[in-house]
Amino acid sequence: MLLNENDLCTYYNIDQSPGIKAKGKFVSSRFAYLEDESIIDQLVQFRSEGQMNVTFSLPQMHCSSCIFLLENLHRIEEGVTRSQAHFERKEVFISFDPTIISLRKIVELLAFIGYEPAISLNDAAPKKKSTYNHQKIAELGVAGFCFSNIMMLSFPEYFSGGEIEQQGLKETFSWIILGLSLPVLIFGAKSIFVAAWKGLRQGIINIDAPIALAIVITFGRSYYEIISGNGAGYLDSGTGIIFFMLIGRWFQHKTYDAISFDRQYKSYFPLGVTVLKDFKEENIPVTRLQKGEIIIIRNEEMIPADAVLLQGTANIDYSFVSGENIPVNKKNGELLFAGGKQKGGAIQLRVVKEPSQSYITQLWNNDVFGKSKNKEQSFIHPWSRYFTAVLFSIAIGGAIYWWINDPAKILPVVTAVLIVACPCSLLLSATFTFGNMLRIFGKNKLYLKNASVIESIAKVQHIVFDKTGTITDTGNALVQFKGTSLSSAEEEWVCTAAMQSSHTLSSSLASHLRTDHFKQAPEMLYFSETAGKGLVAEMEGARVQLGGASFVDVANQEHAQTSSCVFVKINDTYKGFYEIGNHYRPGFKELSTKLQLNKFRLHVLSGDNDAEKNNLTQIFGPRAPLFFNITPQQKLAYIKELQQKHQNVMMVGDGLNDAGALMQADTGIAVSDDAARFSPACDAIMDGAVLNKLASFIDYAKAGKNIVMICFILSIMYNVVGVSFAVQGKLAPIVAAILMPASSISIVLLVTLLTSWVAKRKGL
Amino acid sequence: MSALFILIGISLFVAGSFLAAFIWSVGNGQFDDDYTPSIRMLFENQPKESTTEKKTNQNKS
Repeated sequence: MLLNENDLCTYYNIDQSPGIKAKGKFVSSRFAYLEDESIIDQLVQFRSEGQMNVTFSLPQMHCSSCIFLLENLHRIEEGVTRSQAHFERKEVFISFDPTIISLRKIVELLAFIGYEPAISLNDAAPKKKSTYNHQKIAELGVAGFCFSNIMMLSFPEYFSGGEIEQQGLKETFSWIILGLSLPVLIFGAKSIFVAAWKGLRQGIINIDAPIALAIVITFGRSYYEIISGNGAGYLDSGTGIIFFMLIGRWFQHKTYDAISFDRQYKSYFPLGVTVLKDFKEENIPVTRLQKGEIIIIRNEEMIPADAVLLQGTANIDYSFVSGENIPVNKKNGELLFAGGKQKGGAIQLRVVKEPSQSYITQLWNNDVFGKSKNKEQSFIHPWSRYFTAVLFSIAIGGAIYWWINDPAKILPVVTAVLIVACPCSLLLSATFTFGNMLRIFGKNKLYLKNASVIESIAKVQHIVFDKTGTITDTGNALVQFKGTSLSSAEEEWVCTAAMQSSHTLSSSLASHLRTDHFKQAPEMLYFSETAGKGLVAEMEGARVQLGGASFVDVANQEHAQTSSCVFVKINDTYKGFYEIGNHYRPGFKELSTKLQLNKFRLHVLSGDNDAEKNNLTQIFGPRAPLFFNITPQQKLAYIKELQQKHQNVMMVGDGLNDAGALMQADTGIAVSDDAARFSPACDAIMDGAVLNKLASFIDYAKAGKNIVMICFILSIMYNVVGVSFAVQGKLAPIVAAILMPASSISIVLLVTLLTSWVAKRKGL
Repeated sequence: MSALFILIGISLFVAGSFLAAFIWSVGNGQFDDDYTPSIRMLFENQPKESTTEKKTNQNKS
């Protein structure tokens, strides 16, 4: 229809299954807040009389057809001048004429064609564009350019054995090399010097310190040789080392454009809210919401601040905040917490606390969120200390030997030892190992924030799981019927009745019963639902009552205590009940057995009630601690307590209620069914489907350390060869120039092969 | 052999201008998105035909 009108039929020729979901149904006033001038100002990047530029994040973007559709917005809507999609970031940049079409209309159009922009409170905060990557690539480019030119200009020196007939040619080459090496030293090696200096100021010798020392000595001696005219120096090897290290750093710095690792409550909260003022509805930004104001929350909208219910039937889904996955029914005058989602009709609330002071947002006032995680130093840093010690003793030993035999050779030998024994191969093996592992984890849908997370995963002893949404699959509930078995016709009636309701239990019941062989759905004659209690439906030939025990008026109430039972009465005869249990992610039981075999201690912290206790005991065994009705603050405290016993804790959770615990844990993994969608601040984001591979992931992270170790031994062997030349005072520039790339390239190759091979063996 | 001095100068100048172009393109954001443009080029041959069709459609309605 819409596509056809605008000649976008070719859309379907591009991809076999474009999978567009025309979500035509949305309350038209939902985006009304986008009319507010101050909100528009916060969202748009550029604004003038006839042009407005805005960038939206569209989590639904998933295929090439999406790009086509989004980039052809100007053919659907008159006012759009240009739209450009960025697939990896799942963003679209739209430039439009505000005199023809409003921002609200654009958002509504996007929502209509199935790409509802994710606009949250966070978007209102000023954006800072990161130029970090740009600078890294530029550094790499400069270092690569200078290195390759220096290498080329050094060839005559290598092949002639230091004798070039043409007058002045050798000197010219040397001076050009000197000039080319300066940008590498100043621009390229800057980050290494900065890191070394930071370490020294804290009193730590990190890996950058001996590298910085080696660079200073290499360049210093080379400059001295060139200026005094008695040698060619080692600038070819020196720039080469810096270039390779920059490649390593860039390789390790893998980023996922579409994923954000540091979300806080602002990323979840709506930007605008409907306020009732003088009996008139008005849309204001959430940030301006004040105590005492009356707000209107419609179906599927989130409550932005703690508030008291004034009017309407509140059926609040707190799954986001507490992990409890059944909506709670609230009465007038009761307090509703921010973060809950209304299911059902519109409700009116009086705000009692400002959004930033709410129950859930207070979690972010905890110290954990203030400081960045105090990451333990990588294991390569202590190694570099030993390395430095050994290096200095060799240098001193060489100096003493030559002091006895030929004092003139002391300085050349000592500098040669320090040049050749630079621990850059150790740094290279670590950066390339972890960089490649990041990619392999990413391919397996575990997205790590940075490389140091691999090391923290390898150290895990305790694994704490959240229940709802983490180890259970909220999409598929496990539905079991108990009672006199229902005929196919009866099932059809129940299904039809359940389909009318939006309650979570009804919808899981309906999706369980819905099958293809149902004929035309029976005509509905009467339907009434008491929110949170049950429903009555009359249709051709049957009267169906579904709901809790008290609602259906069942005499036998032995199961009435568990809230996830739906009792069924057809034509006033009690038939039995559906038990709707949590559906655990496939393979989770095997995972828990495997983890426990590998001596990991498992814990479960659930914000939900203890209805699932028996099932969980079966999965985790009798010894694993299980806790229910846990608040977000308690989760955080529990992890802290474990850590105080010097245990290394990994938290696996989802939702905002785990945000504090994820932050506090040594490794916080957020489980999400769609990695590009929302997940709280964490160290890693895992696709829910691969949770059962967690044991292999941990194994692999541990193997990573061994791989670095193997490569370290190899690089030591290269160093032994190099040092043996150096202590004899025979380190010709050509030897250094051969050893340097040979060691670097062979280490990079070995690392890549090993990481891929181990990954294959671990089934990743 | 003295031609070598000039040639080295020229080669460095040419290579240097490529480096400058590279740095400029990095700063300009040309390496920010390495996926979407590859898809976008597949759509490019279409606009002409569709604008004429659009006109005829508008005439009809």
